[in-house]
Amino acid sequence: MFIKRTNCYRAAVVMVLGMLACHTNTRPPVPGWPEHFGFGKTATRRQIDSLNISIAPDGKGLPAGSGNAAAGRVIYLAKCASCHGETGAEPTPNRLVATLSDTVRTKTIGNYWPYATTVFDYIRRAMPFNAPGSLTNEEVYSLTAFLLYRNNIIDSTLQLDAVKLPNIVMPAKKYYVNDDRRGGNEIK
Amino acid sequence: MSGEDKKIPRRTILRAVAVSAAAALMGASRVQRGTDTTATGKDTTYIDPTKITGTLPGKLGTRSPFEQPVKKPSDISSRTPLQDLYGIITPSDLHFERSHAGVPLIHPDKYELLIHGMVDRPMIFTLRDLKRFPAASRIAFIECSGNFRSGKETMTPQEICGLTSQSEWTGVMLSTLFREVGVHPKATWFLAEGSDAAVMTRSIPVEKGWKDAMIAYGQNGEAIRPEQGYPARLFLPGWEGNTNVKWIRRIELSDQPFMTREETSKYTETIRDHKIRQFSFDMDARSIITYPSFPQQVEKGWIEIRGIAWSGRGKIDSVEISTDAGKHWTKAVLQEPVMDKAHTYFRHLWYWDGQPTEIMSLAVDDTGYRQPTLKQLIQARGTDMGGYHVNPVTAWVLKRDGTVLFKPEKWK
Repeated sequence: MFIKRTNCYRAAVVMVLGMLACHTNTRPPVPGWPEHFGFGKTATRRQIDSLNISIAPDGKGLPAGSGNAAAGRVIYLAKCASCHGETGAEPTPNRLVATLSDTVRTKTIGNYWPYATTVFDYIRRAMPFNAPGSLTNEEVYSLTAFLLYRNNIIDSTLQLDAVKLPNIVMPAKKYYVNDDRRGGNEIK
Repeated sequence: MSGEDKKIPRRTILRAVAVSAAAALMGASRVQRGTDTTATGKDTTYIDPTKITGTLPGKLGTRSPFEQPVKKPSDISSRTPLQDLYGIITPSDLHFERSHAGVPLIHPDKYELLIHGMVDRPMIFTLRDLKRFPAASRIAFIECSGNFRSGKETMTPQEICGLTSQSEWTGVMLSTLFREVGVHPKATWFLAEGSDAAVMTRSIPVEKGWKDAMIAYGQNGEAIRPEQGYPARLFLPGWEGNTNVKWIRRIELSDQPFMTREETSKYTETIRDHKIRQFSFDMDARSIITYPSFPQQVEKGWIEIRGIAWSGRGKIDSVEISTDAGKHWTKAVLQEPVMDKAHTYFRHLWYWDGQPTEIMSLAVDDTGYRQPTLKQLIQARGTDMGGYHVNPVTAWVLKRDGTVLFKPEKWK
């Protein structure tokens, strides 16, 4: 392909600048590619907010509102118990309740989940299974409080909110380690 | 088309096809059982195909009615019939499935991908936008990390490890989109979120996004199938299946992982000393003999042992075969192409003397990793090891009568 010499120079300069900027900027551009293709549209704040439901373990993304175990129990019995059992501790594959000292193999919130924020995030995005995304933030806070209470992690009277939830230390967190498999002649 | 052709009533053709299909199916099943192979010859219902006009060209191709490979579905997944395949590309309709709240129906005109968070310019891309960017294609496998079942002798490769499949994936490299939005240098993770009813999410190191991640919209030359993420999915070569988020609608750049349900309570595995291993992205090397395997039947004499090997860390370096229950090993022939992070076909010609024995395959990848035995995995991870990333050497038992059975090993 014939490329104008000025374009070549420009590309080379861009590339060198890109390489120099490697530590502070993103990545060097691809030779022969424009800096931007210009495809796609800038997302507006409203568009981002309407989709952004993620919650980080430090609580970033948690909405306003609050809830407690008593209110959560009522919602749980109405919308969750049909799959997870009346108490959440029934021996089903969907079991939610068990403490570290219980001798059950099922992974539950009490014996396996490392972050309390995940409980809120997952209920809000994916539950109930037959009506995902249908719960209000207050309902999700209440259900989260109920399940944490049932797993002996918080007190029954705690009014859970965006400040308190990320500060809860989960029992199983101490067990988590990062993957250290690296290939090579080693079985891990 | 001649006038005579038109005179053949469609019903007659259909009946003829149906009759011959049924007859051949019966014959095929006899061959498989190794009993009466002459029965088809005596079968008066079989119609000589040279004496009847065949089916005319159509809009879509079909499978021979005598070939009926099918996936094996459960409530949460559906498995590829590895024992029915001859090569390394999985026919798209036989690609394994795993979803967390079913397969969504997404209109391509409504589809949008939002990339935001630690970027210079948060942007929304339509499917048309994605297709305008420079594209790339790559043949690689996708495997579910929970791809090992055991427990009984009468299990097929499909039942043991049918949650791996391979396609040619086409799309835009994520690095291209990263450049377009200007990913912040301090971003270390990104969240990938699907638009299924589970709004499935995984946190992925940004480095993988720059290295070889793709937003794929093509599969084996056509639009990606709904079960594989139509109209677009994340494709992370070599990484556990669930990180390849299907129906992807949002990517959020961040400086921490989000600790979603799937990467904490779900796709993690218990190892020694009660530890729980997290972010186990790479799929370790693995192989399976697909012929002979259950429920096939073999005869004394020459047998070409066949199968697939793969590694999420690189290329397959070699596949070793044992035909004497692991006492001796010889290298199988690898069928080209041998590609990075791809199913690789292997073959090994062997003369079976008819004595009962065990055959097995062991994959070695180009990092020097040797596929472990189940015993080695248990030694490394403890007896309470979880069910993910279990990739043991798998043995088939050949009985004196030619029966081939899976050799289940005690695990839990």
